[in-house]
Amino acid sequence: MIYSKTFGSRAFDWVIIVILILVSVVTLFPILHTVAVSFSNPAVAGSGTITVLPKGLSLKAYSHVLDDKQFFISLWVSLERIGLTLLLGTVVTYLAAFPFSRETKDFRMRNIYLWLLLIVSSFNGGIIPGYMNAKNLGLYDNFWILVLPYLFNFGNILLVFNFWRNLPKELDDCANIDGAGPWLKLTQVYFPLSLPVLATISLFTIVNTWNEYFQAIVFINDTHLLPLQTYLQQIVVTIDPMAPEDIGKGGMLSEVSNQTLDAAKISLTMLPILFIYPFLQRFFIHGITLGSVKE
Amino acid sequence: MITKLFKNDQFHYHVMLIPVFIVFILFNVFPIYGVVLAFKHFVPTKGVLGSPWAGLEHYHFLVQNPEIWRVLRNTLLISVGKLVTLLVLPIILALMLNELRTKWFKRTVQTITYLPHFLSWVILAGIFRDIFSTHGIINYMMESIFHIKPIMYLGSNIWFRPIIILSNMWKEMGFSTIIYLAALTSISPTLYEAAEIDGAGRIQKIWHVSIPGIAVIIALLATLSLNGILYAGFDQIYNLYNVIVYDTADVIETWVFRNGLVGAQYEIGTAVSLVNSLMGLILIALTYTLAYRYANYRIF
Repeated sequence: MIYSKTFGSRAFDWVIIVILILVSVVTLFPILHTVAVSFSNPAVAGSGTITVLPKGLSLKAYSHVLDDKQFFISLWVSLERIGLTLLLGTVVTYLAAFPFSRETKDFRMRNIYLWLLLIVSSFNGGIIPGYMNAKNLGLYDNFWILVLPYLFNFGNILLVFNFWRNLPKELDDCANIDGAGPWLKLTQVYFPLSLPVLATISLFTIVNTWNEYFQAIVFINDTHLLPLQTYLQQIVVTIDPMAPEDIGKGGMLSEVSNQTLDAAKISLTMLPILFIYPFLQRFFIHGITLGSVKE
Repeated sequence: MITKLFKNDQFHYHVMLIPVFIVFILFNVFPIYGVVLAFKHFVPTKGVLGSPWAGLEHYHFLVQNPEIWRVLRNTLLISVGKLVTLLVLPIILALMLNELRTKWFKRTVQTITYLPHFLSWVILAGIFRDIFSTHGIINYMMESIFHIKPIMYLGSNIWFRPIIILSNMWKEMGFSTIIYLAALTSISPTLYEAAEIDGAGRIQKIWHVSIPGIAVIIALLATLSLNGILYAGFDQIYNLYNVIVYDTADVIETWVFRNGLVGAQYEIGTAVSLVNSLMGLILIALTYTLAYRYANYRIF
């Protein structure tokens, strides 16, 4: 590739670099600001002068989170939910992907089932029929309503079977010659090769499950079953933004304002995502470009 | 008989599909019968199927309700705003990233701009509620730089929709560049070299080589994005709005949630959801057919 080194071309490069730096700053600012507020002195935080560096460094907000029992109950619910969704969801997805990775001549019902799953799952009757259904199934205020509906995920099944279909066809022929049936192929031939795609869907599942908050708003009443994001939603969002300054209500509030305490809880809830983000980045590009234009 | 069945692969394939179909039937098929609520007078003691029929009564009530038209207008304005911003800006961003020759800088910008995509609207609403509040950083900066008096951004019918569209852009802009970047890297370098020899400058190369090279992908994504036109983004709006801005912020899904579920007007809520879902399904069918015909797009 030839690169021109004229003045105009260099100026063009610098314009782009400056714009992209600005975009990056604007992207990071709200996130860093919140972290900075969480570490700041509540009295200063209320004045709105904090940018991305804490003012009057204080860990009080975090020590108050430690006293918040519900925060840890909810954290545990979230972790339990992720663990179970990951374990059961992967098994369900992996098993379902195998028949769908076959050619239509090998598995005659393939296309009929795929269209059925796709069309019916894209039509949802809205939240009310879903609510009635969960009540009928006895899943209202039940931990399993947070897990079971998420075990079927069309996108994940699609990702796994498309991954298999891109493997060399000879692999299957070899397995056939050696006399392997479907179960042997599933466990001995495809499994060792599927680790990248399983890692991808696992990461998707972890992020989506961690971020999901609405199911518990509709179906859960018992505070012992509230996932962390739902708990966060209730404390951060249901507070009326029109209410005047929270500082100065006296007692504990003046020491740790809702603002810094909320910022601390938000920062802690972001932490796991930031932690697995480097791994995510490696896999999601692969995931998003699958299931697009095929030759 | 049984051994014969076991030798048939078709049998084993069906066994493998049992778990997924159990979940599918319980949580995707069963709720469908609930849509008859839209045509019933719901009596809790009689259940959904036992309740008396209401015919189209709920729909007559709905079309006469001015709130419905307000909600529909808000939904369309917000979703079209999101659709346009998320079509144009990621293309520009991708073209700029594609011009970069310093690999580490490109990777850094990508890493930073993809990040908000993975944060939930609950977290981001918490963040935005703080920075847009009357004592927040935005108002502080506006006041100290431009001497503008504090504005209640999230409590203002003028500001609410722009903030929804812009914050959505902020969250998804970087992530939406992925597909365009993949398409841009697959453009043959020989095209750029030929343009260079013909005396094309940087901007001319973008205009005559890069953009035509991703035109098909742009058209494809524009078509597919029409699917979402009736969904303005429940999670975002639900976590950012409040009663003061219902006039400009209330969309179909938030209206259904508030009136249908929280307000226990189950029949009305279902009636709205049903129309919404059916229109959504028609849009999906239409856009995928177009994408399949003209861009050879296939889901599986």
